Amino acid sequence: MRLIVPISVGGWPRIFSRWDIVAFLLILGLLAFFAEASRHLLQPLVELQHKPVSLDPANLPEYAARTTLRMLIAMVLSLLFTFTYATLAAKNKRAERLLIPLLDILQSVPILGFISITVVFFMALAPGRVLGAEFAAIFAIFTSQAWNMAFSFYQSLRTVPTELVEASRNFRLGPWMSFWRIDVPFAMPQLIWNMMLSMSGSWFFVVASEAISVGNTTITLPGVGSYIAVAIEHRDLAAVGYAIVTMLIVILIYDQVLFRPLVAWADRFRFEQEPGMTAPQSWVLNVLRRSWLVDRLTRPFAALWRRLLLARWSKDRPQQQQEESRTQSRWVAFQWAAIAMALGAVAAWYLAVFVTQGITMSDVATTLLLGLATLSRIIVLIALATLVWVPIGIWVGTRPRFANVVQPIAQFLAAFPANVLFPVAVSVIVVLKLNPNIWLSPLMILGTQWYILFNVVAGAIAIPAELRAAATNFRVRGWLWWRRIAIPAVLPYYVTGAITACGGSWNASIVAEVASWGDEHLQAKGLGAYIAQQTDAGDFHHVVLGIAVMSFFVVLINRTFWRPLYLYAERKFRLG
Amino acid sequence: MDTSLLDIHALRQTFPRADGGELLVLDGIDLHLAQGQIVGLLGRTGSGKSTLLRSIAGLMAPAAGTITYLGRPVTAPAPGIAMVFQGFALFPWLTVLENVQLGLEALGRPDAEIRKRALAAIDLIGLDGYESAYPRELSGGMRQRVGFARALVVDPNILLMDEPFSALDVLTAETLRTDFLELWGDGRLPIKGVIIVTHNIEEAVLMCDRILLFSSNPGRIIREIAVDLKQPRNRLDPQFRDQVEKIYEAMTARRPTPAKIGAPAGTVATTIDTILPRVSANLLSGFLETLAGAPYNGHAELLHLEADDLFPVSDALQMMHLVEIEGGDIKLIDAGKQFVEAETDERKHIFQRQLLAYVPLAAHIRRILQERANHVAPKSRFFDELEDHMSTDDAEATLRSVTAWARYAEAFAYDDDTQTFSLENPV
Repeated sequence: MRLIVPISVGGWPRIFSRWDIVAFLLILGLLAFFAEASRHLLQPLVELQHKPVSLDPANLPEYAARTTLRMLIAMVLSLLFTFTYATLAAKNKRAERLLIPLLDILQSVPILGFISITVVFFMALAPGRVLGAEFAAIFAIFTSQAWNMAFSFYQSLRTVPTELVEASRNFRLGPWMSFWRIDVPFAMPQLIWNMMLSMSGSWFFVVASEAISVGNTTITLPGVGSYIAVAIEHRDLAAVGYAIVTMLIVILIYDQVLFRPLVAWADRFRFEQEPGMTAPQSWVLNVLRRSWLVDRLTRPFAALWRRLLLARWSKDRPQQQQEESRTQSRWVAFQWAAIAMALGAVAAWYLAVFVTQGITMSDVATTLLLGLATLSRIIVLIALATLVWVPIGIWVGTRPRFANVVQPIAQFLAAFPANVLFPVAVSVIVVLKLNPNIWLSPLMILGTQWYILFNVVAGAIAIPAELRAAATNFRVRGWLWWRRIAIPAVLPYYVTGAITACGGSWNASIVAEVASWGDEHLQAKGLGAYIAQQTDAGDFHHVVLGIAVMSFFVVLINRTFWRPLYLYAERKFRLG
Repeated sequence: MDTSLLDIHALRQTFPRADGGELLVLDGIDLHLAQGQIVGLLGRTGSGKSTLLRSIAGLMAPAAGTITYLGRPVTAPAPGIAMVFQGFALFPWLTVLENVQLGLEALGRPDAEIRKRALAAIDLIGLDGYESAYPRELSGGMRQRVGFARALVVDPNILLMDEPFSALDVLTAETLRTDFLELWGDGRLPIKGVIIVTHNIEEAVLMCDRILLFSSNPGRIIREIAVDLKQPRNRLDPQFRDQVEKIYEAMTARRPTPAKIGAPAGTVATTIDTILPRVSANLLSGFLETLAGAPYNGHAELLHLEADDLFPVSDALQMMHLVEIEGGDIKLIDAGKQFVEAETDERKHIFQRQLLAYVPLAAHIRRILQERANHVAPKSRFFDELEDHMSTDDAEATLRSVTAWARYAEAFAYDDDTQTFSLENPV
């Protein structure tokens, strides 16, 4: 599996370029705009009038189906976004300069933080209240799925081998045809891998986005997430248990029915074919492939798809050389930069107005301090997770028999929405009267630590047998073996996993630093708790401030720590 | 009747440089392809012959000059010009049949016709029975057959081949070459003319009616050689050997000398911005030993030496004045003889002396390091300097070569972690 780092590590030597700053301003400006718009819309909002969520376990299949449907709709939207946004970024050099920093920063914005803002916005937009809430939930899920998919697609498009591109142009494939016949197939294995990651990650958000309270308004959409929220309210541990079992089953089903067949199917698109690798198998795919009925039923669609592929749009001529004189292209580049800068300036001005309306310098200082508190928690947690999972991952990865069992379990655990387990943890903290400042923290990493584990396992599996044999031959053992062979070999993989884990933990802090069990409310000091509180209070100015500071922390750490570490590991320790 | 397929006049190609300037890759290229001809473009790596091929394919617009195909200028991929690639460029997710059909699908032909023509091309090229195989299931030779079938199925007038046999082993390459020449000779191919890029002299003499010799930096045509031997040609035929030898001579004697340096003809003028050949010091010393030993005893015809990367090695040795090359012969001269007779440490001394005396880049780096108080300089300092004169890839390769040689000569050291050159050798 080729690794795709979840942040941009490409050719920007400086920590922040001016394009990053423009991107940052645009995103914050947009957030402020949403918040401002929502603030005015909040007043006429009334309680949702529909059947309340019931704790009867018989309802769980229906709730699970609804929850899954939301995720699938969001997945379709994410794919649309990926195919357009990433393609534009990869094919147009000028667009790329802004779009990629934008994506990088969008990835760092804590999604949970702005669910509340978008809920109000979408509810006001939609004619029916429930529909609006559905839109908002789907949008939240979309924002948790789309960025890394777009990022992977963009990176794949940029690495299509030159000869394939030249061949497609030589045989005069138009842009439409070469997109579907070359770009998409080439990117497919990586894209599906990222779809799986996205789907895993979004369980977390689907659970969080179904039951939202903004100010005095509480919105509950029927789904597993709301079911859990109601169970927490009623301190019903059995109901929480039912929900956990339901989630396990749902995740198993979609893994078997959706992703395993997809992975097995996409194997043919793998460009580099390492010998000795067994092709992934899926019983569902085998059944589908061998079934006469399925064949008959899908044939018309296949034919239609082929027509569509071969369609020659009137403008779909072989790509002409872009002939631009030097001065001409400078001029266009200048215009483009000017427009982007102007937009950035408008966003900056808008932000300034927004900020001066309700935010003081002391607020900023407070959020920065709280950010440091959360940061120190994350550092400690990532360090702990590293100490625990790196040795275990290496141990497992170098024993193929274990690896084949552990790898899917780790991936499964990463997919499992950890927030479903929070009530259990919180009830323990309440009963034992533990200090929430310390004991709420592990919740932040509960769901994200698995990224470290399964990446390290993948890295250890990838150590060539020859290297391992050489180590044995020279009797390299014990600490020397770990220091000289195992740790360097898995470092690039570890960094990839740790970036995801770290970003995920920031996001999780918004639900993990504040937790409740019935009317028992626990709270830790931190930026996540701050955002959660301000959301409860319906104070959008401070929500935006919190989100901005958190995004800033995430981007800063990615740029100053993870990126250099990744580049170093990649240069020094990449095998093969 | 006008038999001209393709006319190129005063073609110039440039690549953009990192600093915004332009790097001249091809200059003053005139080429004429008549019906029924196979024209070979022969030259070393970096002579721009692949660039020329891509320009003809319409993959790059000319910076200056014209490419005319059947009376019309080529600015985009033209119908009737098909290409066979060095790395095959097959789509791994398409079967053999689908790969071959692709070009026809792009033309928007009806399904029945697509199928019929694709099967015919597969049949012609000897791929019968492999229609539903994926490229990864095929050997290299079979893959390139798919490449040929895919190119031929669109009934091109001109077939462009970019070192089509160089990724194959010797036997497979020979079979494929012979099969192609047979089909071509029998007139069973739809094509009317062929342009083939190669760096293999024998291959060029075996296949081509005309051979154009390219110089490097920038790529220019230095010689045009007509091959009048009858097909099928025999490698052992004295006339064939003669032809090959003549080309060897032409390629070694006329080392390109940058015009701005008024170097006397025949000598090698190396400057700071000369692209250095990518060979290891090990290979150089091994080659010198071979040359000094029996049966050559210090003097050989280049042609008879069996070595990988013969040209880069002989270039590097000639550059460092360890050998002399004259009319296709290579001769050990004084410094080279001393080198071969010396022990390891002494060899390093001789190598260092020659390196610093005749490779200006090495001398330049060493001088800068000596001038600096801490005797350390970042790689980027020299890299930027080189990039003004050559492409990024060439600059990288040149720095690597000079680093490898300097390490052997212990002239200076390089630390890849910190990306710095220094005078100190680690103890």
